[in-house]
Amino acid sequence: MKRAYVPRVIAAQPWGVIFPLFLLVLFGGAVLYSAAGGSLRPWAGMHVARFIVFLGMAIGISHMPQNWFKRAAFPIYGTLCVLLVLVEALGKIGGGSQRWLNLGFMTLQPSELMKPGIVLVLAWFYDSLPPSEIRGWRAIVPAGILLAFPAGFVILQPDLGTALAITFGAVVIMFLAGLPMRWFAGGGLAAAIAGPIAFFTLLHDYQRKRVFVFLNPESDPLGSGYHITQSKIAIGSGGFFGKGFGNGSQSHLDYLPESHTDFVFATMAEEWGMLGGLFGLAVFAIVLRYGLKVAINAPDRFSKLLAAGMTATIFFYMAINLMMVMGLAPVVGIPLPFMSHGGSSMMTIMVCFGTIMAVERWSRRPGGLS
Amino acid sequence: MARKQAIPTSAAQLSNAFDRRAFVLGMGQASVGVLLAVRMGYLSLAEQAKYKAASESNRVNLTLIPPRRGWIVDRNGAALASNRADFRVDIIPDRLVDAESTVDRVATLLSLPPDKVADLKDKLDKSHGFRPVEVAANLGWEQYAAISVRQPELRGVIPQRGYSRYYPTGAVVGHVTGYVGPASAEDYEKERNPLLITPGFKIGKDGLEKYFDQRLRGTPGARRVEATASGHVVRELGTREDIPGLPVKLALHGPLQDYAARRIGLESGTVVVMDCRTGDLLAMASMPCFDPNSFSDGIGRIEWKMLSDDDHVPLRNKVLRGLYPPGSTVKPMVALSFLEAGLDPHATVVCNGGLRVGNRVFHCWNHRGHGVVDMEKGIYQSCDVYFYYFAQKMGMDAIAAMASRLGLGQEFPLPVAGQSYGTVPSPAWKMRKYHKDWAVYDTVNATIGQGYFLLNPLQMAVMVSRIASGRKLMPRMLFEDQNPRFEPLGIPEEHLELVRRAMTEMVNGAGTGHRAQLPIPNVQLAGKSGTAQVVGLNVGNGKGGIWNHRDHGHFMCFAPADNPRYACSVTIEHGGGSGAAMPVARDVMTYIFDPAKAMAALEDLERQWGGNVEQRMAAKYDAYAAQYGANAPKAANEEQVAETVADDNKPVAEPSTAQTDAATPAPEPEVAPSPVPTVAAPPAAPASASPVVLPHAGTTP
Repeated sequence: MKRAYVPRVIAAQPWGVIFPLFLLVLFGGAVLYSAAGGSLRPWAGMHVARFIVFLGMAIGISHMPQNWFKRAAFPIYGTLCVLLVLVEALGKIGGGSQRWLNLGFMTLQPSELMKPGIVLVLAWFYDSLPPSEIRGWRAIVPAGILLAFPAGFVILQPDLGTALAITFGAVVIMFLAGLPMRWFAGGGLAAAIAGPIAFFTLLHDYQRKRVFVFLNPESDPLGSGYHITQSKIAIGSGGFFGKGFGNGSQSHLDYLPESHTDFVFATMAEEWGMLGGLFGLAVFAIVLRYGLKVAINAPDRFSKLLAAGMTATIFFYMAINLMMVMGLAPVVGIPLPFMSHGGSSMMTIMVCFGTIMAVERWSRRPGGLS
Repeated sequence: MARKQAIPTSAAQLSNAFDRRAFVLGMGQASVGVLLAVRMGYLSLAEQAKYKAASESNRVNLTLIPPRRGWIVDRNGAALASNRADFRVDIIPDRLVDAESTVDRVATLLSLPPDKVADLKDKLDKSHGFRPVEVAANLGWEQYAAISVRQPELRGVIPQRGYSRYYPTGAVVGHVTGYVGPASAEDYEKERNPLLITPGFKIGKDGLEKYFDQRLRGTPGARRVEATASGHVVRELGTREDIPGLPVKLALHGPLQDYAARRIGLESGTVVVMDCRTGDLLAMASMPCFDPNSFSDGIGRIEWKMLSDDDHVPLRNKVLRGLYPPGSTVKPMVALSFLEAGLDPHATVVCNGGLRVGNRVFHCWNHRGHGVVDMEKGIYQSCDVYFYYFAQKMGMDAIAAMASRLGLGQEFPLPVAGQSYGTVPSPAWKMRKYHKDWAVYDTVNATIGQGYFLLNPLQMAVMVSRIASGRKLMPRMLFEDQNPRFEPLGIPEEHLELVRRAMTEMVNGAGTGHRAQLPIPNVQLAGKSGTAQVVGLNVGNGKGGIWNHRDHGHFMCFAPADNPRYACSVTIEHGGGSGAAMPVARDVMTYIFDPAKAMAALEDLERQWGGNVEQRMAAKYDAYAAQYGANAPKAANEEQVAETVADDNKPVAEPSTAQTDAATPAPEPEVAPSPVPTVAAPPAAPASASPVVLPHAGTTP
């Protein structure tokens, strides 16, 4: 992109990604506009406005030098851990399953921020680990502890979806950091054994039920299987071209639950059909491809791991949400990036995105620290 | 760490590994993306038709509108069962989210009393699936509106405006019309008709409502609306009106039925009035009865407790299902059989108060004796010895044949669920049933309507109408424009004349039935009374004491005596003798000729009884509600009610062993009848206690 006549700050942005992304957000805004019965309030307007604000924040993040990231990695992680404990303690006192802290001007969900947080701290960890140690226990035990603490707490909350997202980000970093394959094979084997045991002992009843219902949604047509069934009906009835803007009966007549948050994709697909779905997937492909390219082209280990981990986190959001709404995964409360209404999750996604942009900047200006 | 000799990993190697693994990761992500695209294509292209249909069935709500039920009207077109517009609320158990709180909420909004709330919870416990459970009917607009506006929060609660069954005369027609109720699970299994599980739709559960159910049902209307998941209607898409069911017109005379039922008063009894020319059943009252209005709304615990406690068996239609030994009412029939067999009506016997047969003495009800008795006197004085004596000469077969000719032991082609047709004993019958030879005392018992003899009040009415008309009259319940032609019985007119004369004498002359005289100038009543023993004299005298040990009282009659037009049979269960039946028959017949005069007499009586049927039932309900409230035991569900009704309507069993002794005739009503039973019927005896004919009474050897 050679744009000599535009200011450097603007020209420097990765417009090839931001532009499609902005289209996707506007598209999401249109869907939310329709879901609200043809109104910018309460969701659509806020959605686009938030994106713009958080895009600014992401660009801000992208201007931070790499050593800030490195220096801040562990303190940020530590702070988030303390906040998680605090949330748990306050939640116990409050007697509910409260997962956020009310900071007065906004509600903060520490587990949400832990998703990029774990990526950051593990990228820092593997960067500082001597390459020769990568095959030894020093590569796995500290990382395992860094992961186990927040993931364990989030499971206690109980929020299985977020715990899985944190674990996924961490495992991707470990994988890319070059841990021996046998760890993953062994880990996979252990998970295959421990998974069923944990399923029947550790999980809460309602979580177990969700899994059972996912396997057979018709068994509970009015309970949690209802979500899956109605979502599939919404997507399927849209056909290729959809029912038309504002004509989605599933969302407008409230058959589709959470039509503006977790199931926003179904709301979209009902009105815009497969065409709209393919557009969404294409934008996600562009964003993820951009993230991975940035990671591969990154100048050093830290930025490589950081960019790849952030990309994986965005991917995990998208993949789990879409699999859920299409009936390929159990119902877990994970929103769809850039389309679902919700401040906390958008902030997380934009933190990830900003970090990827930052890595891209470091690669363009080989002035980053060695 | 088997390969410890491997050279330590270098940064370059790691970078290399990163590239390879990032490629794998990218491939993995790409394949998930492809998987999602394929899945989406599968859902929205391959399965599109299926999901389109599902979405459409979500969007459009088809509600059946229960059809208005056909009316049941009397011979003059007055409604016995009609419909009234009402507001109602149902709950569909399957759609409830939080049953407990929803029910409490609804109960508060409708301000239901605690016993109704308990009833509702019982019903919800027992029900399942999409069968609606009625919460309340006949609601006011405010209550209906209170539920309607909160419908989105009350999932599974369905307020509706529609029509509910209404029986203007209530309990007095309950046994004839029957009642309606929501279809049971079995009904639905049988028909698989979605109408059956439409809230507000009811099917006939008993009586004519059940017999003519298909005819009365009609065709449902339908309403298509676009509705949200929580049931909030967004807009109407179209409505098809219902087609009401066809009416059923009865031969019954509504006001006469009403009068007859009311006149039975506190007693347990029946009144049947027949037209002697057409066989039309003008009244067939069986009291006490349930109120079909509240039965159709669902039977609550308080009502159920009332019904269960009542030893007068309100659930039994005694006109068709009550079997009683007829007592002396069979004597005109027996006399006809004597005449048929060639007995000279002037042949006499001397009654000294008893007759020695073999080594036993069979007593006449009048122990002082009747002196010289011929046939007419035998009837109007109801002399037992006359019949003991000649029955032995004429034989039981002649009597049994005449009984059958007059309709005893028969079922009639009527639109009813069933009839108990009783027993006309004969030597052949006894041999078939008990493998025992007919004995002299069997004949003796039968001639006075005791022993094995059992008939229902309808048969008694048919018997007297046939004696009065001389034709083979058949009873009919449905109104028809054409009058049927009934063939003659084949009994010589002079035989009938003699019996009718004796029956007229019985009421108006030297007989035992003066109490039945009509207070109408120029209209005479002819009749015959009967007192049937329920327990042997060794147990009780049949007049007082325990209610269900008292004698049954019968009276059958026709009027005018010289030109019979109306026939009537009255049975008062445990009335203490025929003295209880005669005034009822008199007043009912009076009503036919002079309603005002009869009504005045009734109103006097009702003041003593504590109001008319409706008022007394309401008072009793209030007393029960105050005493038990929600603590009354659970109400029976549909199946149990049906079972109980069936149980109560089972015919009285014939004794399983042959009788071996003679019955002693109960006194005829020169003896003062027992006083009116105490107002509060003692709820001691179980409701299913049926009158059982005890086979033997004390006889002297």
